[in-house]
Parts: sequence; structure tokens; C-alpha cells
Amino acid sequence: MELAQDQLGTQVKAQVKNFSFFYGSNKAIKDVDLEVLDCKVTSMIGPSGCGKTTLLRCFNRMHDLYPGTRYEGEILLESQNLLSLDPIEVRMRIGMVFQKPNPFPKSIFENIAYGLRIRGVKDKGVINERVERALRDAAIWDEVKDRLKDMAFNLSGGQQQRLCIARALATDPEILLFDEPTSALDPIATASIEELVIGLKGKVTILIVTHNMQQAVRISDYTAFMYLGELVEFDRTDVIFNNAAQQRTREYVSGQFG
Amino acid sequence: MAIAHRQRPALGKNLAWRQGWGRFWTAVVVLMGAIALVPLAILLGYVLVRGAQRFDVQVWTALTPAAGQVGGGLGNAIVGSIVMVALATGFSVPLGVAVALYGTEVCRQAWIRAALRLAVNVLNGVPSILLGVFVYGAVVVGLGWGFGAIAGALALSLIMLPTIIRTTDDFCQGFPPEQRLAAYALGATDWEVLTGIVLPAALPAILTGTMLALSRAAGETAPLIFTALGFDFWLRGLSGPAPALSLTIYRFATGFDPNQQNLAWTGALILLLLVLLTQGLARILARLAPPST
Ligand SMILES: Nc1ncnc2c1ncn2[C@@H]1O[C@H](COP(=O)(O)OP(=O)(O)OP(=O)(O)O)[C@@H](O)[C@H]1O
Ligand SMILES: [Mg+2]
Repeated sequence: MELAQDQLGTQVKAQVKNFSFFYGSNKAIKDVDLEVLDCKVTSMIGPSGCGKTTLLRCFNRMHDLYPGTRYEGEILLESQNLLSLDPIEVRMRIGMVFQKPNPFPKSIFENIAYGLRIRGVKDKGVINERVERALRDAAIWDEVKDRLKDMAFNLSGGQQQRLCIARALATDPEILLFDEPTSALDPIATASIEELVIGLKGKVTILIVTHNMQQAVRISDYTAFMYLGELVEFDRTDVIFNNAAQQRTREYVSGQFG
Repeated sequence: MAIAHRQRPALGKNLAWRQGWGRFWTAVVVLMGAIALVPLAILLGYVLVRGAQRFDVQVWTALTPAAGQVGGGLGNAIVGSIVMVALATGFSVPLGVAVALYGTEVCRQAWIRAALRLAVNVLNGVPSILLGVFVYGAVVVGLGWGFGAIAGALALSLIMLPTIIRTTDDFCQGFPPEQRLAAYALGATDWEVLTGIVLPAALPAILTGTMLALSRAAGETAPLIFTALGFDFWLRGLSGPAPALSLTIYRFATGFDPNQQNLAWTGALILLLLVLLTQGLARILARLAPPST
């Protein structure tokens, strides 16, 4: 899909090319082309069941965990097709935050350190430093710095979600995927996650699925509108919400269906 | 719409009736609980009273006496039981945990899992004397290893296996899939998810299952008759007839010698205490275990 002039300066981090995805014989994603720009926030919106989660999970090859799924086409991460890489390698480079906070049954510290440990980081100093940095980047350091040994389940829902973001950030992902990260949270916790995502702009490329159109407006630079497994329109967020080219996009963002 | 004034007395009556009904059933349940507790209390009390009649140092240090002999103790039987139960735990815990993890985490075919569960349930339902006969046929005679602590421990591990498999399996099935997904999303391999996330979380469950199984194995007599055989001397090695507390209690309690009968009560008390002790230790261990590792 063609992008407007002012994007020429920014680099493309990932490029989805003529891409389809199948659950068995069900084609859930249909011939999508999409560019994810480096260090920007791109949101995916669309009615329930249109394939947002499905497309998001293609980026970190989560579907490979289940039998009977199939990809077609290409997703280029810089110049490599990530569909031909080892899924574990892809997941080591692309982090994910889930809809419901899902900390491990471990201490706060160990939750963050886990990703580093499986990457073979053994040096205690390095682990300590990177855990602290991740917690700071996820804006939760001040709340947990005195209780790093507590179980992560003792945190509030919003704190748990920020912990999950910190867990993903600790491993320096090239892209961070969010699947409706605030849908299980109250408005205050939601605001703090949004603030956090905005603060991550410029540091990491973010792809976020959201049901909340105001949220897409508030936090994202670019927005993709999906419908029935197809990408209907992709453009700057302000263009999608104020001046969309497609009739269906205009109808959806004005709340006429969805 | 607010409730009209004249309806309020009716509401109050209705509530009183409902609360009374609830209290009635609470009383019934409490009564049932008490009825169930009575035999347990009588049993414990009786074992305590009879067992405490001879609870001296000699009981722990002396050999089991022959009929007609005075004094003696249960030392060799206690050691034999501890050795065999420890060996059985050593056999059954790794195997049981491995089977459970295979069934829930590794195997992707539903029918294999179903077959495994069925096998475990069947094994759990097999009368323990049959397990003893099986080990007798397969190991004592079949492999020609003869009677001994090894054969006894193998029979006991067959008793322990289903409990360990089930408790581990139940835990893993209830383990939230989102947490697994989170680990995969960080780039973990199947093996890392299993050993780094699922297994540490499962440890308390495994420990509980082990303690349950161990308590049962410690008191089992039937499977040892054909395998350990029983012995009135100290354990000399892992082969050759082995003494066991449960076997001794059985033999002494069914004999005519009053000295042996007294010792049987003491043995029962010691068995109870050992089981209580291991359970207590396990509780403490589970609480002390750091949550992070
Ligand atoms: N595991 C699965 N097996 C088969 N079909 C699936 C599976 N998961 C999702 N689908 C189908 O794929 C389509 C897209 O689902 P997806 O979960 O990606 O939608 P979504 O846009 O994320 O919806 P929501 O906004 O409700 O989360 C739906 O039609 C759904 O029924
Ligand atoms: Mg979804």
C-alpha cells in the first residue's frame, strides 16, 4: 500500500508482502500488504473476528505452536523473510504482550530475568542492570524496587501488565507486539499503559491491536484498518480517522458498524 | 422500584425461613463430619495408648524378638522400612513425574494421553497383593534377584506411581496456558518452558503427591510378603530377605506372644509418627522453597 510523502524519511522495519494465513483450510488473513515503520507505533483496528490477533501472531510465529496452520507470502524483517527463519529465533527478536496480564508464577525479578536467562546471560551484574532498566522503561520500577522478591501475582492487574511489558523489553526486542493490552484493565491503569507506549516511541517498533479507537488515535502514528481478514486501508492515524480514502474505513471509524 | 411497605414483613418471614434452612443443613453437615471423625479419633487414641506402653530406646535399637523371647525392639524393621520406602521414592518420583509430563506436555496425541490415564487408573485399582505377586514373578523369580529390599522397593514403587503421576498430571493440566504462551513468546524452547516454568511451579504439587504416596507405601504389607519377605536381623544389603515395619506389625499382631503383640502396637504408633513427621517436613520444605526458582 502506498504511503504518504512524509514517510520517506523513516525506515521500514517489517514488510508484509502478499501475505495470507490459514487455520486449516480457513483463510483467516487474505493477501495483506503492510509496512511497519521503524520506531513508530502502528495500530490495527477492525471489528471483532476480522483477524487482528491472527495477523499479529504471525509476526512472532505463535501459530507454529499449533498444528494445521499455514502461512503464505512473506513477512520481511528488514530484509529477511521471517517465515523462513526458525520460529524460536523470530520470537527472540520480536516480543509480545498479551491481552490479559500473564506473569510467570515467579518473583517479580525472575519474571524479568527469565528472557535473559534463556538467552544464556549468566553474569549477575548484567542481569540486575537489565532487569532494572526494563522495569524503568516500563514505568514500574518505583513501585516494585523494594519488593523484587515478591511473587508477581501480588501486583495489581495494571502493574502486572506493565511487568509483562518490562519482561518483553528486557530482551531488547526489535518489534514489540501488543494484543489489546488494556482491555482487561481499568481506565487509570489503561492510561498508564498508554503513556508507557507513547514513551517507548523512538526506542522500539510497536504493533498494537486495539478495540478502542480513541486509544488508536491517542497512541499510534499509523493505523491499519482490517475487515474480514483483509487489510482495507493503512495510513497515518490522523488520515485514517479524519480523511480515510475508503468508504468502509470512514464508516467504521465513525462508529457506523463494528 | 422500591419494595412497598406492606410487603416488608413477608420478606422478613421469607428471609428467616431461608436462614433457618441454611442453619439446619449446616448442622447436618457438622454432625456428619463428627460421625466421620469418631472412628479416626478412637483409632488414633487406641494406637497412642497401646503403643505408648512400650516406647523406650530399645524399641529403636534392638532386633525384633522371636516368640517367647523377652524385650527386643523394632530397630531392624524400622531401618528396613525406611530403606525400602526411600528406594521406592527414588524409583517412583522421577518415573512418575516423567510419565505425567510426557502425558500433558510432550505427547500431542489425545489417544495416547487417554490410554496413559486409563493405565494409571487401572494400576491404582490393582489390589496391592497382586502387585507383590507381580514383582515376585517378574523380579524375585523372573530376573532371579531373589527376595530383598530391591524387590520390596519395586513393589512399593508400583503402589506409589499412580498417586505421583496423578497429582503431577492434575497440576500440569490446570497450569494456565497463557503462562506457557508467555514463555514461548520470549523465545523459549519446549524444554525450557517445561523445566523453567512448568516444573518449578509444579514442585509443591509433586511434593504433596510424593508425601501422599509415601504415607501409603510405608504402611503397605501385602506387596512386601512376596518380595521383601521379612527378616529378624539387620538389613545386610539390598538383596537377601529384608525386614519391614509393616510386615513385623502384621506378624506380631497375628501371633500369640504378648511381648510381640505389644511391640506390634508400638510399631503402629511409630509408623503413624513417621508418616506425620514426613508430612510435617514436606509442609515446611514447601513453605521454605523460594518462589523464584
Ligand atoms: N485457533 C483458531 N482456529 C480456527 N479459526 C480461528 C482460530 N482463531 C481464530 N480463528 C478465526 O480467525 C478469524 C480471525 O480471528 P482473530 O482472533 O484474529 O480476530 P480478532 O480480529 O483478533 O478479533 P477480536 O477483536 O475479537 O479479538 C475469526 O474468524 C476466527 O473465528
Ligand atoms: Mg483478538
